[in-house]
Amino acid sequence: MKYVDEFRDPELITKAAEEIRRLADPNRHYRLMEVCGGHTHAIYRFGLKDVLPPNIELIHGPGCPVCVLPMGRIDDALAVAADPDVIFAAFGDMMRVPGTNGSPLEHKARGMDVRIVYSPTDAIKLAKSNPQKHVMFFAIGFETTAPSTALTLLRAKTEGIHNFSVFCNHVTIIPAIRAILDSPDMRLDGFIGPGHVSTVIGCRPYEWIAMNERKPIVVCGFEPLDLLQSIVMLLTQLQKGEAKVENQYKRVVPWEGNRAALKAIAETFELRPYFEWRGLGFISQSALRIRQEYAEWDTEQRFQVPGIRVTDPKAAQCGEVLKGVLKPAQCKLFGKECTPENPVGALMVSSEGSCAAYYNYEHRKANLLTSISAPA
Amino acid sequence: MSADKGMEITPGGCRMCLAIPGKVVEIAADNPNSALVDVVGMRRKVDLGLLEDDRPVPGDWVLIHVGFAMSKISEVDAMDQMRTLEMLGESEAAVQEVRGYGLEETEDKQAS
Repeated sequence: MKYVDEFRDPELITKAAEEIRRLADPNRHYRLMEVCGGHTHAIYRFGLKDVLPPNIELIHGPGCPVCVLPMGRIDDALAVAADPDVIFAAFGDMMRVPGTNGSPLEHKARGMDVRIVYSPTDAIKLAKSNPQKHVMFFAIGFETTAPSTALTLLRAKTEGIHNFSVFCNHVTIIPAIRAILDSPDMRLDGFIGPGHVSTVIGCRPYEWIAMNERKPIVVCGFEPLDLLQSIVMLLTQLQKGEAKVENQYKRVVPWEGNRAALKAIAETFELRPYFEWRGLGFISQSALRIRQEYAEWDTEQRFQVPGIRVTDPKAAQCGEVLKGVLKPAQCKLFGKECTPENPVGALMVSSEGSCAAYYNYEHRKANLLTSISAPA
Repeated sequence: MSADKGMEITPGGCRMCLAIPGKVVEIAADNPNSALVDVVGMRRKVDLGLLEDDRPVPGDWVLIHVGFAMSKISEVDAMDQMRTLEMLGESEAAVQEVRGYGLEETEDKQAS
C-alpha cells in the first residue's frame, strides 16, 4: 500500500487488513461494489487493492454524477445558452466535460457567457447583478447536492428572482443500485454504501437491499480505515449469512438522514418517469425534475430545450465496466482512444469515474514501472 | 472574487462531492441561515438553511457541500476530514472551492 506511513492509525490499518484475511473464506470469491465515486477515487489513491486478498474484488459503481450524465444533456444546456442573453452557470466540475461540439469551457472561448459558480446560490447572485440577462444554473449531482439546488429554488421564488432558472440533472442513487441488481449478468455479494449521499437520505432507503435482495450494505466513510472497516463488517455479515444495513460512518451520517434537506427536495422536485444514465441506459424514476409550482425557474419548462440524444460509441464498454463484468483496462478503448485527456466513455470523464481513477493511479504507475525496468 | 476568475480548473476529486469542514464564527444578525464560517483558513459565507432542525451556533463545526452546511460534526472529526482531503490529494481543490464561495461579498482573511 502506497501511503501506509501517512495514515492516522497504521496499526489499526494493519489490524483491519489482518481481520479481512481472517474473515475471507479462501474457497469463496467476494464481489463487493462501492457505489460512490468518492470511494472509487479513495480506493485507487490509497492503493487499497494491494492490502486485500485476491479473492476480494471491488466493483466500481455508478456514483459519479458527471460520469453518468448523458452528453445530450450538456448539448441541450449549451443550445439554450447559445442565446447571447443567457449566462451558463455551472460547477467547475462541468467545465471540461465534452458536449458534441466541445465543452462549456470551449464554448466560452468561442464567446459564450459561461461562469463557474461554487454554490447554486452564487448563480442567484449572478442573476441579481446581471438583470438584463437570464442565468441558467446547470444543476447536477446525487442527493448530496440536490438539497442545495432545492433551497436555491425556494429562495428564487421567495425573493422573486425572474431572470434565473435551473437546468436540472439531479439523479437519485437507489434506482441505479436497483438497476444494477436487476441486471442479469450482475453478481454481487454486498455493497459499500455512499457516505455523503447518506448524510441526506439516511440509511433506511437501503433496507430493501438487505431485506429483499439479501445483500449486506455498509454506509462508509472516506478514509482508508473506514473502507477497510466496512469490508470487515461486510465479510462478518457474509460469514454469518446475514444481510443488514449497517452504518460505519456514524460520525457524519445519521440513520434518519437530514430531514430539512429531504423536505426541501420534496417541496421543489418530483421524480421523472425515467432518465437516461450514461453506461446504464434508461432507468425509471431515477432522476428529479422541477415541480410545476416552480415552472418559472425550470429551464426545461421555460425554454425550448432540443432534447438531444447522443449515443456513446458502441466500442466503449462503459456499461460492462459499471456492472463489473469488465475491468477498466479490459475495455477495447481504454488508454488508447479513451483517456482522461480525451474521454470517449462516461467513466473516463471525471477523476472519480472508475476508468479515470484506474488510468491515473494504476495505468500510469504500470507504465512508469515498465519505463524504469526497461533497459536504457 | 468574481465568477469570471478561477476558470483554471485543477484536477482532483469531483469538487461538488467534496465535504469540507468549517467552524462557525458568526451568524448573520438579519438572517439565521447565513453564517460566517472559518474554512481552511478563510472566512466565508455559508448557508445554514439545511440545518434548520439542528441549528449550529458559533464554535460548532460543520461539513459543507457546495456552500451549504449539511451536517454538524465534532472538532476531532473535522480535523480527520481535513486530513482525509489532504490524503486524497483534494485539499487544494477544497481551498479553491471555498475561495469561490460567496461571490465578492467577503474578503480573504487569514484565520489565526
